[in-house]
Amino acid sequence: MPAPAQSRVIFQHIDEPGYTNDLACYVRHGGYEVLKKSITRPPADLIEEVKKSGLRGRGGAGFPCGVKWSLVDRKSGKPIYLIVNADESEPGTFKDRYIMHQDPHQLIEGTILSCFANNVKQAYIYIRGEMPEGARILEKAIAEARAANFAGPNILGSGYSCEIYVHRGAGAYICGEETGLIESLEGKRANPRIKPPYFPAVLGLYQCPTIVNNVETMCHVKVIADLGGEAYAKTGTPGNTGTRIFCVSGHVQRPGYYEFPAGTITMGQLLNEVCGGPLPGRTFKAVIPGGSSAKVLRFGERYKGKRKVGADMVDYDWGVEDVPMDFDCLAMIGSMGGSGGVIVMDDSVNMVEALANINAFYQHESCGQCTPCREGSLWMKKISSRMVHGQARKEDAALLKSVADQIPGRTICAFGEACSWPTQSFLIKFKDEFETYAEVKKTLPADRLALV
Amino acid sequence: MIAAPKPDLVTVNIDGVDIAVPKGTNVIEAAKQLQKDVPHYCYHPKLTVAGNCRMCMVEMGMPAVDPATKAPVIDPATGKQRINWIPRPQIGCGTTVAPGMHIKTSSPMVKDAREGVMEFLLINHPLDCPICDQAGECKLQEQATGYGRGYSRFIEEKNVKPKRTQLGPRVTLDDERCILCSRCVRFSKEIAKDDVLGFVDRGSYSTLTCHPGKKLENNYSLNTVDICPVGALTSTDFRFKMRVWFLKQTNTLDIESSVGVNAVIWSREGVIYRLTPRRNDEVNDTWMSDSGRMLYKQVAAADRLAAITVNGAPSGLDIAINAAAELLKAGSVAVVGSGRASVEEQFLLKKLAEQLGVSAALVARTGQGDTLLISADRNPNVRGALVTGLISALPAAQLTQLAADIDAGKVKTVVSHGEDLLAAGLTAAQLAKVSVIYLGTHANATSAAAKVVLPTLHTFEKAGTFVNQQFRIQTFAAAVPGPQGATNDLAVLSKLVVALGAPATASDVQALWPALAAAVPALATMLYKNIPETGLLLDATPWASLPFVEGETLKFKPVASALTT
Ligand SMILES: Cc1cc2nc3c(=O)[nH]c(=O)nc-3n(C[C@H](O)[C@H](O)[C@H](O)COP(=O)(O)O)c2cc1C
Ligand code: SF4
Ligand code: SF4
Ligand code: FES
Repeated sequence: MPAPAQSRVIFQHIDEPGYTNDLACYVRHGGYEVLKKSITRPPADLIEEVKKSGLRGRGGAGFPCGVKWSLVDRKSGKPIYLIVNADESEPGTFKDRYIMHQDPHQLIEGTILSCFANNVKQAYIYIRGEMPEGARILEKAIAEARAANFAGPNILGSGYSCEIYVHRGAGAYICGEETGLIESLEGKRANPRIKPPYFPAVLGLYQCPTIVNNVETMCHVKVIADLGGEAYAKTGTPGNTGTRIFCVSGHVQRPGYYEFPAGTITMGQLLNEVCGGPLPGRTFKAVIPGGSSAKVLRFGERYKGKRKVGADMVDYDWGVEDVPMDFDCLAMIGSMGGSGGVIVMDDSVNMVEALANINAFYQHESCGQCTPCREGSLWMKKISSRMVHGQARKEDAALLKSVADQIPGRTICAFGEACSWPTQSFLIKFKDEFETYAEVKKTLPADRLALV
Repeated sequence: MIAAPKPDLVTVNIDGVDIAVPKGTNVIEAAKQLQKDVPHYCYHPKLTVAGNCRMCMVEMGMPAVDPATKAPVIDPATGKQRINWIPRPQIGCGTTVAPGMHIKTSSPMVKDAREGVMEFLLINHPLDCPICDQAGECKLQEQATGYGRGYSRFIEEKNVKPKRTQLGPRVTLDDERCILCSRCVRFSKEIAKDDVLGFVDRGSYSTLTCHPGKKLENNYSLNTVDICPVGALTSTDFRFKMRVWFLKQTNTLDIESSVGVNAVIWSREGVIYRLTPRRNDEVNDTWMSDSGRMLYKQVAAADRLAAITVNGAPSGLDIAINAAAELLKAGSVAVVGSGRASVEEQFLLKKLAEQLGVSAALVARTGQGDTLLISADRNPNVRGALVTGLISALPAAQLTQLAADIDAGKVKTVVSHGEDLLAAGLTAAQLAKVSVIYLGTHANATSAAAKVVLPTLHTFEKAGTFVNQQFRIQTFAAAVPGPQGATNDLAVLSKLVVALGAPATASDVQALWPALAAAVPALATMLYKNIPETGLLLDATPWASLPFVEGETLKFKPVASALTT
């Protein structure tokens, strides 16, 4: 089956020759028309549209946006804040940055619409610390939008006012975890909060109800406000509506970002047809489908079971290539759609070394608050690092797996899963490579992987 | 006494046993009521919940209900409502009880989770218990015994961190031992209101440190040492002095103000090594000031009085008592009591004053209250003097009346129970005009000028009671013997009373109490041995209108403010 055609909605103007990130260009292309027509509607209608749309958050967990909004405590009498999560730090993910760099007004329009829907008077865009250029662009765009009365006081004469502030992140991956982000925005160390009691919807920023949504999620809200929830939901598949952006990196002919109706493309179509297949003379070995914390898939393995299609339960028997790239199918086969970062590894990759690299990242990014993640991530890193430096033992495979098993489900935030899933899945699927690494290492050049 | 309002109760099931606990209780505390220990590090009952150590994990379930009808789902096998167990462990410290909640504190899931945490905590820990001061009172050591593997799977190099940082004048930090539980950080911020501690660096390299340019030097810094579950924070004063298991623990009270902080004296073979707070939720929670702890140094101070003297020459107790009695019988006596003396001593001193037909004076000692555990009244027991009737009005800092009486020739002899009369406003000339009988612990200008010096015991060397600012009567016990030559104040006072003609009088606390209770209305029906460790509130109405100097502290709001404003 040939791959479906790309359908660029969020990325409509990305890399378009002549498209600039200023207000005039955005307005020339129909920008802020959705805001104009929506700002006269009752805000509750917009929440309803988002619920009907089935939009799932694009930050990683795929949580239904409408449900998130309906959990917000609206009776507390406290202000409601909205935070745009622009910390994009999951290795393999590069989509939000393009939106902010090349089409910032799209994000601003989506944000103002979301704020309007939720009666938010103050929003923050928390942008990754390492993206100073993005912060400058956003600052300028917000100033433009304010000057044109698309943001700020009394937007378009509606009586509704909303300010958006850009906050530069503190330079750590954990600043992207929503409660860590909130702490950081409050000026503290980005230590994620315990839930309960600190659910952002109730006790978020400054202990007020708070909505945290991903950059791309905000852009989808604009599309929903434009089309209506039902029309939006016609794109994609039930449960996975709208379009999905995949950031493909690694060993394919054409890495890059691609946008498709959600759930309509399989891994094989994406990698072989859209991305041009493996590099010359190579074959695919493994792929991580949703950012580096997602569990790895091994080419050649089969996934079998029953799944719901419409009202029916049908059998499936898939290879990696056959898996539809949506949240549910990827979860079904034991991984996740996550942030859409697809990391491809061909047969030149040694999986011990790949894991050593991933472990080094997560060890470096653990906030260090809770024991299993803090100690487990470093221990795993020390083991895999020792292995690639020539001191591998056969028993390290079992040890690594056992250490990883002591982490997930026992931590304050989902970083516990993020740091242990790679090791768990690598060890389940490539155990032999770990057990024999000591021998293999002797045949490799000594200066490999100086980094970890 | 005022009865506490009945709290709302919630029934939960812990390891198969139903128990009703007050609403808002967490699982650790609820389990404790069933004598079930949920091991924990970061949780502290008097600090906010951080939930970071993950040692307290338990298995939790809630009664199943039909999502549509909300009707209970009954398990046909048992006939009881089914329990939906959550597939991942939950933290006991951060889980508040809810009606019908089911908890397992030692299921395989829980054991597995605990053992994992225990192993993780130990891999980068130096395991230097043989040279660690915390050994013997270390939670890590204790729980490693219960939940550790007994061997290590860790063959990597351990992290290296600073080993002896002076966080401030009294606290030393060993970062390698720190398990990053953040208790000390939360204490500094939430209780001491001195937010100087925090972590730098990330992950397992996180390092506790003091804010650049700041020190952990507030007067409550040693509480961080108490609550540090491991040997990371140690008292610079106590460290390396003595193994804790050699030390005897004796209950005492903080003597620096009228708050009456409950404390423990740690001593061995007559030597005190440290003072630590003792939990009393009505008085001091689990805290104590640094200054109060350091007062144990008074006990072995170089200026302790140990020689009984008459006219400057060494003497024996009975000879000195007789000499004192001669002076007293000559008349024109003034009695200066002490707000640092026990209720029992004040009672006997009052008896003496009555025999002499005079009323006693007291010396007030005041300072700025710190709103936490040091009140403006720096005498621990002024209220004891009121309760026993030794005084009937609040004392002044200066003995102006006594000074005037001496000048007028009305007073020839002064009995001082530990008060330095010069410090209390008398001039050297006035002091020279009178014969002083001095009962006290430390040398000062008054003891130097006294005709009769009767060395007595420090609070930590004797038993008794104090009445704190809440009118709570609390007991203290003798931890160490006094120096040779010093006599228990009660013995001295009872001998004086007898020498003046009274029948034999009890000279130890227990024996004295029946007479005390019979004579003092506020203590009627009470017995010394029945006073609980946390003290008893007395009826304070007779003194309600007195303008006490205390302001608000941790567990005390002055009543007077309501009356005066
Ligand atoms: C360790 C960790 C890092 C995260 N980093 C990001 C991030 O960089 N960007 C993001 O949008 N969400 C991130 N998330 C997810 C957020 O916590 C949150 O779920 C998300 O921003 C919600 O937005 P959405 O509902 O629109 O997806 C991270 C989560 C975890 C556990
Ligand atoms: S799981 Fe890791 S990142 Fe999350 S709070 Fe715990 S230590 Fe920090
Ligand atoms: S020094 Fe002690 S109390 Fe402070 S964080 Fe470390 S282990 Fe906890
Ligand atoms: S006691 Fe530390 S997590 Fe509960």
